[in-house]
Amino acid sequence: MSLALFWIFAAITLASAVGVVFFRSPVSAAMSLVMAFVGLAALFVTLDAFFIGVVQVLVYAGAVMVLFLFIIMLLDLRADERRPVKLAAWAGGGAVVGGFMAVLVQVVGSLPALQQTKPALANPAVNDVAMVGFALFRNFNLPFQVIGVLLLVATIGVVVLSRRELK
Amino acid sequence: MATLANYLIVSGLLFSVGLAGVLLRRNILIIFMGLELMLNAANLSLVAFSRFNLGQDGFPDYNAQVFVFFVITVAAAEVAVGLAIIVALYRARQTTHVEDLDTLKF
Repeated sequence: MSLALFWIFAAITLASAVGVVFFRSPVSAAMSLVMAFVGLAALFVTLDAFFIGVVQVLVYAGAVMVLFLFIIMLLDLRADERRPVKLAAWAGGGAVVGGFMAVLVQVVGSLPALQQTKPALANPAVNDVAMVGFALFRNFNLPFQVIGVLLLVATIGVVVLSRRELK
Repeated sequence: MATLANYLIVSGLLFSVGLAGVLLRRNILIIFMGLELMLNAANLSLVAFSRFNLGQDGFPDYNAQVFVFFVITVAAAEVAVGLAIIVALYRARQTTHVEDLDTLKF
């Protein structure tokens, strides 16, 4: 059951990701990306990372994709017109991606430590959010505050960038 | 039960699809979406390693999940700044096609 669910969600995620690359219209690509993020959230849940799964849906499938769609609407983008395909770009891209996958499959297949199945949790009903919260606020309190400053700086930067006349 | 190798292969495939999107597409917004896919592929392998390598107490390694939380936060800030730059670029040049932006080309 768990294995079937893993493959179903992996197939949804990968098929939607391929759609992002191949859809000609930016809106179709963005909706396909939403589907990929939701499939990825389901994969996180199969790994018992409930908090990360929920954050994935809230932040990525929610906030980030709304921003993407809003910008597509604002710029009024149409589907890309067909331009002559650059054979060198496709060959180079295919070679890089194919080489990366070949090395990855070879390395992952050669390590016996990676063939283990999921070890059982000590307590399957563990409160995932509380555990992440303890780790976040006890061990990573300073990085957490630094990330708050980063978000503030990003917000101010976006406002400055979006002003009509850039000096 | 799915093995750690399964998760790593799915994560690698997702990264490859994102990389292909960055290399092959010419619309700067789609290139940005490919970047997001690659970030998410890295997150998937982090969470998979956290679940498959339990600590002494028999719980997943929550430090990895905190790291994923930070990656998601930084990615959200990056998307906001990147899209603002794309809007500023569109105002200046009326295009989102990378081949039309060749001022720095030798």
